[in-house]
Amino acid sequence: MKQIAQNALDAAVRRGISYGDVRLIETEERQVSTKNGRIGNVSSSVSLGLGIRVLDRGAWGFAATDDLTAGGIEAAAALAVEIARASALAKKLDVVLAPEGKHEAEWTSPIRTDPFSVPVDQNLALLFSIDTELRRNKGVTLAEASLIFERHRQIFASSLGSLIDQTRYTTGAGFTAHSFREGEIQKRSYPNSFGGQHQLKGYELVEELRLLENAPRIAAEAVALHSAEQCPEGRSDLILDSSQLGLQIHESIGHPIELDRVLGTEANYAGMSFLTLDKLNHLRYGSEIVNVVCDARVEHGPGLGTFAFDDEGVPAQSTDIIRDGQFVGYMTSRETAPAVHEPHSNGTMRADGWARIPLIRMTNVSLKPGRQTLDEVFDVDRAIYMETNKSWSIDDKRYNFQFGCEIAWEIRNGKRARMLKNPSYSGISTEFWNSCAAIAGPDHWTLWGTPNCGKGQPEQVMGTGHGASPSRFRNIKIGSAYAG
Amino acid sequence: MPAKTESALLPVERSEEIFAAAAAAGRASGVLNLEAMVGAGIHALTRFANNTIHQNVADRSGYLSVRALIDGRTARATTNRLDRDGIKRVVEQAIAIARLQEPDPELLPLAAAADYFEPKRYFAKTAAATPDERAKAVREAIGAVEAASQTAAGIYSTGESALAILNSNGVSAYYAETMAQFSITALAKDSSGWAKGTACNAADLNPLELALTAASKATDSAGPAEIAPGRYTVVLEPSAVLDLVGQMFGDFSATALRDERSFLTDRIGKKIFGDNIHIHDQMGHPLQSGMPFDGEGVPREPIRLVENGVVRNVVYSRQAARLAGVKPTGHGFPLPNEIGEAPMNLVISGGETPVEEMIASTKRGVLVTRLWYIREVDPYQKIMTGMTRDGTFLIEDGRVVRGLKNFRFNQSIIELLSNVEALSPAVRASGEETFDMVVPAMKVGEFNFTEVTRF
Repeated sequence: MKQIAQNALDAAVRRGISYGDVRLIETEERQVSTKNGRIGNVSSSVSLGLGIRVLDRGAWGFAATDDLTAGGIEAAAALAVEIARASALAKKLDVVLAPEGKHEAEWTSPIRTDPFSVPVDQNLALLFSIDTELRRNKGVTLAEASLIFERHRQIFASSLGSLIDQTRYTTGAGFTAHSFREGEIQKRSYPNSFGGQHQLKGYELVEELRLLENAPRIAAEAVALHSAEQCPEGRSDLILDSSQLGLQIHESIGHPIELDRVLGTEANYAGMSFLTLDKLNHLRYGSEIVNVVCDARVEHGPGLGTFAFDDEGVPAQSTDIIRDGQFVGYMTSRETAPAVHEPHSNGTMRADGWARIPLIRMTNVSLKPGRQTLDEVFDVDRAIYMETNKSWSIDDKRYNFQFGCEIAWEIRNGKRARMLKNPSYSGISTEFWNSCAAIAGPDHWTLWGTPNCGKGQPEQVMGTGHGASPSRFRNIKIGSAYAG
Repeated sequence: MPAKTESALLPVERSEEIFAAAAAAGRASGVLNLEAMVGAGIHALTRFANNTIHQNVADRSGYLSVRALIDGRTARATTNRLDRDGIKRVVEQAIAIARLQEPDPELLPLAAAADYFEPKRYFAKTAAATPDERAKAVREAIGAVEAASQTAAGIYSTGESALAILNSNGVSAYYAETMAQFSITALAKDSSGWAKGTACNAADLNPLELALTAASKATDSAGPAEIAPGRYTVVLEPSAVLDLVGQMFGDFSATALRDERSFLTDRIGKKIFGDNIHIHDQMGHPLQSGMPFDGEGVPREPIRLVENGVVRNVVYSRQAARLAGVKPTGHGFPLPNEIGEAPMNLVISGGETPVEEMIASTKRGVLVTRLWYIREVDPYQKIMTGMTRDGTFLIEDGRVVRGLKNFRFNQSIIELLSNVEALSPAVRASGEETFDMVVPAMKVGEFNFTEVTRF
């Protein structure tokens, strides 16, 4: 594979470009799911192809192909250069890249059990056991369970002389119980909604999640929600579980700190950001206990944003984003780093496959653990505690958000007093983070995977990581999703 | 039958060769029932922002997706390695993972051969569009926005795709299509405007006109005012209608009803929308695009979904149709899957009221260009939340008087389609939250804005 990547790079460089890189990618994926006692999906896929990115006449061109014959590679290289020269027809300034070193490396993400070594019948047996357990509760009208595994090997070669061979394994697992009764649909998911938990792990993740053990509780909660009272509308202290807080970080911190959004290059689709350049080192993003990092290193944990090198050949790094509440850093690329006077990219360029160019994407954007115990987080006279995301929406500059959760409880004197259904909360990003009053410590910190982050045109779907522990926020607007 | 419109990327003959090789590999493993999807495509996209082209890409790909059917068991395997060895391996993989299952008594045999309507949606000039042609169109569009002292961002894409579905029971379905898209956002100091068009024939797009529309919206919404959230009469332009109302069509599915996850559960045959709401699914509509068969090769049939506000029908895959004792409608997704089927060529009947008349008849209301980040809040009341974006205007005394800061809404689609006061003629609309449909603009009473954002 390395030779094919090198041949493609040579084919581009021969055409006189000022910079070029090639990503040759081989992926293997398996999806297995069940639904109400039947197989939902059993499928596998493999894909092999390469993308050639070139800088010529100060402008970008990119062409991708799965025709890996000598002729196919030559055609793709020629097209990438032709496209770059067309780009130059409507350019204002030449693209200038921050310098980067030459890297040669081989890296495979650490796993204990290759997920593809576990046979499909064993996958199905687990999912059917969960399905049976969920539907033992007669109020459950739809039970869904799923597993997904991916192996992604990428050879990166660049005209800087880098040659990086990187293999990442990811695993996802989870289930959902739905209950329809008298004109109302309720659902509960475990360990998270939208496919469960996803990490840079092998099959060991499935074993760690205690899926079967949690099925009866999740089924019972889905059914009990019908009898719960509606989440009230008004203002309240709010406690979020770590999975919902992970998505809150994703939407109200992760996307706004993408420097390409800030600079306007996503304006037509994903949008821009309220974090204009003047706010760097000047904006109080959160309360003093809020510390957020963007960290792709293995030391941060097995996140969907963990790797050794990004898709521009830049080493994985940890960057402070919010330090003691102060906004101190963006996610950058080689092209955008100079805009914030950084000498180098902080390594966040990622593409969702060989057919797409890398964009600035969240790696693992995480809220550092706090100093409170879990009891201290819940130690308030009155609050609402919400778990597991159900809906999420935020404006295109990332000010105004609204989240719905699957379930909530009213907290009185530190204890769960009653279950509430259809909970939601909303607010303005910086006001929300400035209201953060308590963050649980490292024992309760989980690195969640968001497998479905969309960005770019053509759209790319990326997996991102978000570490968080349960946290409390003061005086938050609650319940407006059902208002009016 | 007229000759098929073929894409050079995947001639019919080549798809048949690939299927023959797959079928031979299946027979060698003792499996006679095989279904293959063979696809190919080239997509190129020129992207601009800050009045310059900043990304410019093209990709070419092909794939073979094989479904093996063995004694009530089925599984799918997919590859983009289309040499003899790649084909053999993908067939063996599909067979191996199918054999590891228990039989499913509801699983049907492979679909049977059928005839298909063949819409002409392949245009050679669109398929052959060059990077230079796109760049020149983009340069002209940027120029129009710059002339208004604004900043342009957007895309111009062209491409072609071909898909064949063949099976060992005689199905041989093939479809090729070209597609072009132009989308532009014009950014001013404190406002923005947006416009988008899509067409199978790039000649039907007018990038300059779209750029002028976006620039005009940005100009007219400058200095946006903040008004209190609440219930307002709104005029939703077609893209806004599409992106919001389009969220409900996954529920017009027999499998979703069986799963009791559809908001139409217990509502079939009932009047849940206004008298003026008529919706059908019509693959052959002249403004539509997309293939004339479903994921098993069943021809897509036109179907009346809503008539005078009454939900009349949903769509059926083969399996859902067998369970319900009706004919399949040709809307099934490739098997195996969890969700069954969905209508894919939606047409919401329009009326005769142009947007200008809707505005002229509004005492106080809000004109909405597009909606954004729409997500489901309540699956049975079908409450959706989202934001307005890129051109939100206050209407007073029959005139657009100024731009407004953007709203968050929490709005039931059922309620919305019960409060439609006027409809424009239907057009092919595109947005960013769902696929293209044929929809009118709508004037809607009591639209529920719940919050206002900062811009």
